[in-house]
Amino acid sequence: MSDVHARTVAYVRESEIPPAPPPEAVGGVVKWLRDNLFSNWFNAILTLASLYAVYWVLAQSLPWILNGVWNAGSLAECREILGGTSGACWAVLSERWNQLLFGFTYPSELYWRPSLAFLLLLVCAAPVLFPALPRRMLILTALYPFVAYFLIWGGSIWTPVLTAVGFMVGYAVYSRLVTQSFAMGFLAGTVAALVFWSLQGYLVPPLSTVAPIALEAVPSRDMGGFMLNIILGTVCISLSLPIGIALALGRQSSMPIIKWISVIFIEFIRGVPLITLLFVANVVLAYFLPPQSNLDLILRVVIMITMFASAYIAEVVRGGLAALPRGQYEAADSLGLDYAQAMRLIILPQALKISIPGIVNVAVGLFKDTTLVSVISMFDLVGMIRGPILASTDWNGVYWELFGFAALLFFVVCYGISQYSQWLERQLQTDRR
Amino acid sequence: MSSTVEPPREQFRLSMLLNDTRYRSYTFQVIALFLLILFMAFLGWNLVRNLADLGQDISFAFLGEPAGYDINQRPIPYNNQDSHLRAAFVGVLNTLIVAFLGCVTATILGTIAGVLRLSNNWLVAKLMAAYVEAFRNVPVLIWILIIFFIMTAALPAPSAFRGADPDQTMLFGAMAATNRGVYVPEPVLGPGGWLFVAVFLASVAGVFAYRRFATKLLYDTGRDLPRGWPSLAILVVPSLVVWLLFSLTAGSAQNALLVPEGAGGQTLEDYVMAEGGATLCLVDGASSSTVAKTALLRLQAAARSGPVDDRVNLNIRTNRVESRAAAVAAFEEGQCNLLAVPQEAAANIAAGATLETQLREGRPIEWDKPYLSGFNFSDGVQVRGSLIALWFALAIYTGAFIAENVRAGIQAIPRGQTEAAASLGLRPGRIMNLVILPQALRIIIPPVISQYLNLTKNSSLAIAVGYMDVTGTLGGITLNQTGRAIESILMLMLFYLIISLSISAVMNVFNNAVRLKER
Repeated sequence: MSDVHARTVAYVRESEIPPAPPPEAVGGVVKWLRDNLFSNWFNAILTLASLYAVYWVLAQSLPWILNGVWNAGSLAECREILGGTSGACWAVLSERWNQLLFGFTYPSELYWRPSLAFLLLLVCAAPVLFPALPRRMLILTALYPFVAYFLIWGGSIWTPVLTAVGFMVGYAVYSRLVTQSFAMGFLAGTVAALVFWSLQGYLVPPLSTVAPIALEAVPSRDMGGFMLNIILGTVCISLSLPIGIALALGRQSSMPIIKWISVIFIEFIRGVPLITLLFVANVVLAYFLPPQSNLDLILRVVIMITMFASAYIAEVVRGGLAALPRGQYEAADSLGLDYAQAMRLIILPQALKISIPGIVNVAVGLFKDTTLVSVISMFDLVGMIRGPILASTDWNGVYWELFGFAALLFFVVCYGISQYSQWLERQLQTDRR
Repeated sequence: MSSTVEPPREQFRLSMLLNDTRYRSYTFQVIALFLLILFMAFLGWNLVRNLADLGQDISFAFLGEPAGYDINQRPIPYNNQDSHLRAAFVGVLNTLIVAFLGCVTATILGTIAGVLRLSNNWLVAKLMAAYVEAFRNVPVLIWILIIFFIMTAALPAPSAFRGADPDQTMLFGAMAATNRGVYVPEPVLGPGGWLFVAVFLASVAGVFAYRRFATKLLYDTGRDLPRGWPSLAILVVPSLVVWLLFSLTAGSAQNALLVPEGAGGQTLEDYVMAEGGATLCLVDGASSSTVAKTALLRLQAAARSGPVDDRVNLNIRTNRVESRAAAVAAFEEGQCNLLAVPQEAAANIAAGATLETQLREGRPIEWDKPYLSGFNFSDGVQVRGSLIALWFALAIYTGAFIAENVRAGIQAIPRGQTEAAASLGLRPGRIMNLVILPQALRIIIPPVISQYLNLTKNSSLAIAVGYMDVTGTLGGITLNQTGRAIESILMLMLFYLIISLSISAVMNVFNNAVRLKER
């Protein structure tokens, strides 16, 4: 059958083809250029257009950047030094460096305190960020909020110390009772901590007289500059994580009242812009607080931004919870774990791992959104630029340099965070293949 | 023999509220509800006490009072005697305008950048990646402020466009970018304008109908109709016919440029030189005013190009009036020394002599170009720097996010789909249209809609550049003037909430419509 086929079909070749010469050796730069930049006429046009665009941008900006003046007292002085040539006036950055970073009312002799707090932040966040570091370092992370509060705001050391002790009391009660029931342990721990904190006010003055360890107190309204952005960003994200997880669990809950409370909260917050919430913090929130309580603006803003971020984190975590196969829930049930155990041991570790990219997105978005506080006349980095610096007679008109600097600062932080998140994703291998 | 054992009927004990899963959820919910009510009561009680202390109340009566402030961009008629409610409504419209413009531009930018990021051209892909990263990682407020600064501080003042040898010239003689905004021509509907627009829209619909018909015919019978030139013909021919019909018949008119009696018989330029200036009577919206406008622009050109003696100082002004009768009256009283009227009306004006006549072809759509008058531009549309800053910044910023959504959507389609389609013999265009896009769009559209939502919410940053959106009117000036913080912010939040919820509702409907139908 087969040889009949071979003889009768016209297209079967009978003679051997002469060997073709080897293909012309193309490689290296030329081949790469041809493949990637000039594969056809359309690509060639695109390449040339892009090259021209890059050239144009560099030709416009590079001389301006490199020819910049770093030492001058004002814009007029700057222009004098430049003598009509194109050049940036970077002097505004060197002259107002401290204002850009710390605001204009933070006492200048105390700059070392927020700087130290920032360095400690890098150290203490490391064990959370890099799983390879020894777990014992997490103690540093737990202590960090109190240290940072003490460094940035100052005042008596006993306030943060006793607050930390309150947490320890709560944890001690919780760990005694959690063996019986998670809910009972949690409630009792919270109540114990609250009782301790309510007594704290009576404990601080006597302790301060016995052991007067204190730093010079700095009021909240003196915070400003990029420091304020970092404070708002880190505080609000750390506070909103637990609240967001609780809201996500509430939204997934089978109890209708809990579920609807969570749904209404989340959808309401996600439906309005952050600016309106900041307006609430600025002018409305005071109406809803007891008449004598004068919460300062920064605290009210922290409350509102935390609410905002927790709604978004709740949605991200809910996505993670929904992405887990039902079998995981059922397996946890069949092991006889109760709700709290199943969540703590089985569900949340996996769901949070899936949610990492989303959480990082929310964190980056929130950090960028902290610039919005400049709208309610707080002097963060953007507020400092728009307010005291551009309004001063010395530097009126130095837009490019200042906004370029602000953009660069945010870019470095946000791009760094997103690169870290991609690295972490690869480490944890969340895409289960 | 078997006996069913009745389960022991347990008596309800109080401890079951905590220990029995059947009752425990009720306990928790009651506690939660109780705490919530307690919390609300706490807030409400504080509110009542605070309001009493300050001697205030909650009332929406302020919405009916005159607002007393001006809004620089008014989509509907508004003046400062109108109510706060109307001011808020103007703000709402401004929000919707910038949100709409931003969404359209962001979609275009994002789609282009997302597709180009997947290009096999290395340089283009890298450039697009740089665009996406640069804009995603910097706060949108900074971008808004940077573009606002370009619009207000870096652009020339209108005065740079005047004089014999101006520093700046208008783009195509019709557009000017100044630090007071960008001036662009305004489309004005002439005779048959509405019909022209209607015919054009019908042609667009016709193109879609034809293509659908061709596809159906292809699937049903296998006949492949040509698509390119019939589509073009359907799109162009009817509109062109209407355009020519109207511009040659109903719309065309002889118009005369009149000067006071005894001054006829010379050129316009000579006349104005002799007079030492010109004041044109313009009737808003009348066909003759285009003639007057042409004369005006000619005079300005002459003033610019002529020898730099007294010509540059020619006093060229316009006098805007409501009707032709008013224009004629003003001309007869000597308030203006130039008047443009239709030819047949010119004979009735005894005090005037015809300087020149022009045949005006009444196009269905005319472009009313801006021109320099006094210290600023007149006519045309003034697009304010604040609107442009907000619009462009939001569009470029959101476009970076949309680009990522588009890229993710296209990359989510397995390569096998492309290869399978190619092995069926489909050409690249068909592969994209029939195989890749229908699947990718299902992934792309939901996140893109939520980007639209973000853009709309971010448009509240208008307040940073003084664009009068609803945050600027209701949440800004109205709030500050009346001190009604709670009411204003409540209404502001409700507005955004309604927009968000309605967009989410649309999104859910869409999601259900395009969801993979699994059986």
